[in-house]
Amino acid sequence: MADPASFRAQPSGATGVLVLADGTVVWGRGFGATGSAVGEVCFNTAMTGYQEVMTDPSYAAQIVTFTFPHIGNVGANGEDIESKVEGAVGCVVREDVTEPSNFRSIERFTEWMVRNGKIGLSGIDTRALTRRIRQSGAPNAVIAHAPDGKFDIPALVKRAAEWPGLEGMDLAIRVTREGGEQWAGGSWSLGKGYGRAAFDAKPHVVAIDYGAKDNIFRNLVKAGARVTVVPAKTGFDEIMALAPDGVFLSNGPGDPAATGEYAVPVIKALLDADVPLFGICLGHQMLGLAAGAKTIKMHQGHRGANHPVQRVGEGWGETTGLVEITSMNHGFAVDAATLPENVEQTHVSLFDGTNCGISIRGKRAFAVQYHPEASPGPQDSFYLFEKFVGGLG
Amino acid sequence: MPKRTDISSILVIGAGPIIIGQACEFDYSGTQAIKALKEEGYRVILVNSNPATIMTDPEFADATYIEPITPEIVAKIIAKERPDALLPTMGGQTALNCALKLDEMGVLAEYGVEMIGAKADAIDKAENRQRFREAMDAIGLESARSGVANTLEQARAVLERTGLPSIIRPSFTLGGTGGGIAYNKAEFDQIVREGLDASPTTEVLIEESLLGWKEFEMEVVRDRKDNAIIICSIENVDPMGVHTGDSITVAPALTLTDKEYQIMRSASIAVLREIGVETGGSNVQFAVNPKDGRLIVIEMNPRVSRSSALASKATGFPIARVAAKLAVGYTLDELTNEITGATPASFEPTIDYVVTKIPRFAFEKFKGAANDLSTAMKSVGEVMAIGRNFQESVQKALRGLETGLDGFNRFPELEGAGREVITAALSRRTPDRLLKVGQAFREGMTVEEVAAVTHYDPWFLRQIEGIIAAEKDLQANGLPRDAAGLRRLKAMGFSDKRLATLAVRSVGVAGGLGETQAKRSGLLHDALVAMAGATSAEEVRALRHKLGVLPVFKRIDSCAAEFEAITPYMYSTYEAPSFGAPECEADPSDRKKIVILGGGPNRIGQGIEFDYCCVHACFALAEQGFETIMVNCNPETVSTDYDTSDRLYFEPLTDEDVLEILRVEQSKGELLGVIVQFGGQTPLKLAQALEDAGIPILGTSPDAIDLAEDRERFAKLVSKLKLKQPENGIARSRDEAAAVAARIGYPVLLRPSYVLGGRAMEIVDSEAQLDSYIATAVNVSGDSPVLIDQYLRDAIECDVDALCDGTEVRIAGVMQHIEEAGVHSGDSACTLPPYSLPPEIIAEMERQAEALAFALRVKGLMNIQFAVKDGTVYLIEVNPRASRTVPFVAKAIGQPVAKIAARVMAGEPLSNFEPFKRDLPYMAVKEAVFPFARFPGSDPVLSPEMKSTGEVMGIDATFEAAFLKSQIGAGSHLPQGGTVFVSVKNTDKAVIVPAVKRLLDHGFRVIATGGTQSYLAEQGLAVERVNKVAEGQPHIVDKIIDGDIALIFNTTEGWQSLMDSKSIRQAALAGKVPYYTTAAASVAAAAAISAIRPDQLEVRSLQDYYGS
Repeated sequence: MADPASFRAQPSGATGVLVLADGTVVWGRGFGATGSAVGEVCFNTAMTGYQEVMTDPSYAAQIVTFTFPHIGNVGANGEDIESKVEGAVGCVVREDVTEPSNFRSIERFTEWMVRNGKIGLSGIDTRALTRRIRQSGAPNAVIAHAPDGKFDIPALVKRAAEWPGLEGMDLAIRVTREGGEQWAGGSWSLGKGYGRAAFDAKPHVVAIDYGAKDNIFRNLVKAGARVTVVPAKTGFDEIMALAPDGVFLSNGPGDPAATGEYAVPVIKALLDADVPLFGICLGHQMLGLAAGAKTIKMHQGHRGANHPVQRVGEGWGETTGLVEITSMNHGFAVDAATLPENVEQTHVSLFDGTNCGISIRGKRAFAVQYHPEASPGPQDSFYLFEKFVGGLG
Repeated sequence: MPKRTDISSILVIGAGPIIIGQACEFDYSGTQAIKALKEEGYRVILVNSNPATIMTDPEFADATYIEPITPEIVAKIIAKERPDALLPTMGGQTALNCALKLDEMGVLAEYGVEMIGAKADAIDKAENRQRFREAMDAIGLESARSGVANTLEQARAVLERTGLPSIIRPSFTLGGTGGGIAYNKAEFDQIVREGLDASPTTEVLIEESLLGWKEFEMEVVRDRKDNAIIICSIENVDPMGVHTGDSITVAPALTLTDKEYQIMRSASIAVLREIGVETGGSNVQFAVNPKDGRLIVIEMNPRVSRSSALASKATGFPIARVAAKLAVGYTLDELTNEITGATPASFEPTIDYVVTKIPRFAFEKFKGAANDLSTAMKSVGEVMAIGRNFQESVQKALRGLETGLDGFNRFPELEGAGREVITAALSRRTPDRLLKVGQAFREGMTVEEVAAVTHYDPWFLRQIEGIIAAEKDLQANGLPRDAAGLRRLKAMGFSDKRLATLAVRSVGVAGGLGETQAKRSGLLHDALVAMAGATSAEEVRALRHKLGVLPVFKRIDSCAAEFEAITPYMYSTYEAPSFGAPECEADPSDRKKIVILGGGPNRIGQGIEFDYCCVHACFALAEQGFETIMVNCNPETVSTDYDTSDRLYFEPLTDEDVLEILRVEQSKGELLGVIVQFGGQTPLKLAQALEDAGIPILGTSPDAIDLAEDRERFAKLVSKLKLKQPENGIARSRDEAAAVAARIGYPVLLRPSYVLGGRAMEIVDSEAQLDSYIATAVNVSGDSPVLIDQYLRDAIECDVDALCDGTEVRIAGVMQHIEEAGVHSGDSACTLPPYSLPPEIIAEMERQAEALAFALRVKGLMNIQFAVKDGTVYLIEVNPRASRTVPFVAKAIGQPVAKIAARVMAGEPLSNFEPFKRDLPYMAVKEAVFPFARFPGSDPVLSPEMKSTGEVMGIDATFEAAFLKSQIGAGSHLPQGGTVFVSVKNTDKAVIVPAVKRLLDHGFRVIATGGTQSYLAEQGLAVERVNKVAEGQPHIVDKIIDGDIALIFNTTEGWQSLMDSKSIRQAALAGKVPYYTTAAASVAAAAAISAIRPDQLEVRSLQDYYGS
């Protein structure tokens, strides 16, 4: 930890600060909620969709650095929300949030941040911060906002340094819903908003919520499924009692190894029972664990809406080698080197070759590391929902 | 998929001359494409009539044809070269249209040439309005209500459905020529008629008006495996109604949520699939209703475009290069992202800055034409600027435009104006609307009020309002004295100069004595500085440097810093010291380096020719082992391509911006110097500031350049060298004028310094004419003198381009103009070698050139203009720097003149290079290309003011064939028969006789107006008489309109005669009748017509010419 004497003097007008675990103090202007929050600082390179990012439960315990300088320009609305539970704890941006301009905006992004208890920090060289993360990995930090500009820096440094970090942390339990729910929402269209799910639809998908984005459920509905969402710790018997045609394993925050302690046995049992499975992100990682692979913490993670993923392996036919531009948000990955014989790699990242999709031989079970539900991001990969739902029943 | 091996040679069609709507962005894309194809080992055949392009440098393609881009000529090239494939997507609309025509004519089938990149059917589907609309219906995308018409009657029927206001777009025209917006039925009829005329298929699309809707563009790249990626989204600040080429645009889109953006993204890709663009880059344009997000597809271009050049420069993604590789079979995942060197090309660039493009216009050159913007493009160039926020980006763009702006300069016409006046001004879509918006905020209007009139998105307006608010604070309180305050302003994009101007006003000394005092030194000045913070840009800079408020340089890496970039492509910004000192990524090298300053936005008089020279400097110096550093802000150019220089700074060419770059580059390695002589006037204007800052200038000293431009200093040098200039003088009264004219001898050319009614200059033959001119045309007084020059009537004008290293002078080329002296050299046709000058005159010009080169201590390039009359050589002007003619000379003689000059400037002697071959066994003709058709109301006549946008070269064994090629290349199709109209001024009558005789012998019918007719009849020529316009109908204009005239020779002298004949030229322009306004060009045209038929022309590659 750096000597407190080396803290950079607080500039006048500074109402916000990002304090890294190594003692680095980054001053700026606070916005949104006041107070402080601890988390891992990551960066996201998407140029649109900040509201979706901030409400994505996979960002629980994370502070998102947006690399695009203007954030908040289209305000906030009641639709572009991925979950009602905790998402990112805060965000770091370069420019002060402007007045919104968009026909769907109902409030300023700053006001929305206040209402949702999220802390923002502006006036930061976010590119420099991103480069630091690229070079040294995602640091733990405290983000704080005090309109009077009064901060207890040594205490914040201590808090950041003492925070244990995401590795080994089960965050799914913090963001999963408490009880089961019949998913009611359909997909969004311009001028009409969200549709309604048909409760009599077949097949029936039971979705395990490890911190899911709502758009996943909407896409399952769009693909023709009836969706029942259950909490992260729902057991095998409880799931089977719902008579699923298939089970969906959602995305979520934290370390897959930690969440896997209770989730993987359930997934293994589902596999053994030949229940069709589809996983996204954390769900992908835990399917990998259940199948015998290992997961690793990535240096800087993948977060953005421009990530190319290529279809590899058997079973793609003419579309072998096709590239999908995908939305990604993960700091852990399935280690492709540890995939057992019966697990096929179906997708790889063209950025760094990391695993982005698996399929279990002899089972109707597959998963992807990225986010085919988009929101934000490209909608190239909707076919995965069709593939899953279409293969059920 | 790997590259195709079933094809081995590929024909690339270029875009031809620079015209409005098709500028050097196609040299940029074509050059990238050719390099990409060559890398893959294909034999590349290129046709492009434009010699000022990099792509036509003989080392790029294997066979380079500088020939007219017509289907007939290209068919001859195909017959000769037998290419396996044709890539039609790199040369704009010209190439697409030519390729379609070749397909239609059966040429491609006959020779088994496959179209790659885009198939004929896909091109037609994208370009044919009706088919495009049907395609959009098929994929569920909404189009504007519309209909196609081939006649006025059909158009009126469509109007019933779409209603007024109505948008009219002719099919298959460039930049929307002939289109417009009609607000009433009379306008509708007129625009439809013009549109039908302009369309090669006599077809117009009539659409419901989407005026005021937001306009977006998506740049899409697709490969043959159906991988599709979006390179960049572009949002137009100017809403629908202004051609996108004339709109201020930003990248990326800033006012869309992700849901709306993704709808547009998915729609763009669906459009490419439906149209069937198998591989390559395309551009899809959308309109969005700001009230409810309703999305309408406007059009798509199945080729690289101006927007894709902008998108490439904005993101770092080389669209044309990638498109060329995809066309030969690669897929996106097989190609590397050249910027990171580590990731594949199959990704979507993400950026962490804001890009602003502002077009540059040239309305002042086309008097009589209204400066309203519409759906027909009128801009001649553009500037792009990059900042970390919109404010910084737009203010950098404004100062990069080089139109005298330092930012949001005040708009005096609206100062203190009432709401109604301001609202009326804002409602007009003029090039300066952004400045009017700024002024409207100064005058207290609100964002809502301005948005209601302009339909600019309120987000952009609030940003501008923020800039004006900061300006008000500065005007009240002067400059902030602390680093944070100053940094805040610099981060908003304020230039030092703008800050100084505003700060000075805080002490109430704007204008008058106070401002003068502020500029002086002394106690009062010190007091002003103390009050305002600074009174000049230099003082602001000094204050900034004292406080440590310095720009940093960030990299354009296509990935928002997610990966390390290997390509040093940079822009400046002001960052907060988030982690100690603001992070600068410039990382200058320790090499020996040379900075080349580019030419900024294209404009008439400074275009691609200068970029060509800058690019050559980069290539040549890199070959010699120097590190080359390019600074430029023109996104259309090859000079701003990521691999032209070792390091690229995309920055405005101002003192402030360039000096900050040099500060960083000098911090490491050795800066040998800066080249300011290659980019036209733009970098030259910076020479003084650079010298003052102690920066070495390579090559000829700026003082020598200044000497050549300073009338008095230059006159002294001329007399010292005992050279001859046309006599001249200045008069401040009628009597003085008469005395000066008498001394010089009539005829004289009179030029007022204050112009009344556009009557700029006149040639007078007698004192009586001089009296009449002074009485009616000018105010002559002490403040407003008249300049009087000896007029060298019918003199032959010449250009000489030469190189000098201080000890040796080498003549690169002597060009003889076809038009006589008095027409701007940039607008004249010329030949190399001279087609009718005696050797002793050429030798004399070369002697004088040598004397001047030594006297001016030229090190590098020099251009001299001479006039030859009655065997005497007169010196007109000297430019000891790169001139517009350099690329033409280089292409004509087959020598890399600009490269050699750059190496000489870096210290090599000329003796290192082989001497130039001077006796060429062929003739090269340069012809200028004009945008008159874009400016209805202006007079399409040649004058001392340059008006051409581009040039073509015709090259052949004889003068006549080369001249004919130059005319065809420039779009003037000389007839082989029909009626010629001749009306020439008295002094031309004898000159024109042989031309008329030739045409009569060739079977033409000749008609002429009274004086000309009787003169020609006296010479025994069978010429019929036709009425002048003033003589009553039916007159000559009636005949032109009726299509009875195939060719026009019309020369005038004197204001009245010029005015009288304007309707003839305008009718000729509208009727696309070839016309010549000088006797010399008329004679050349007649010679070409009688010597060779267009179908007899033969094609030959440059490599073949040079080898002979």
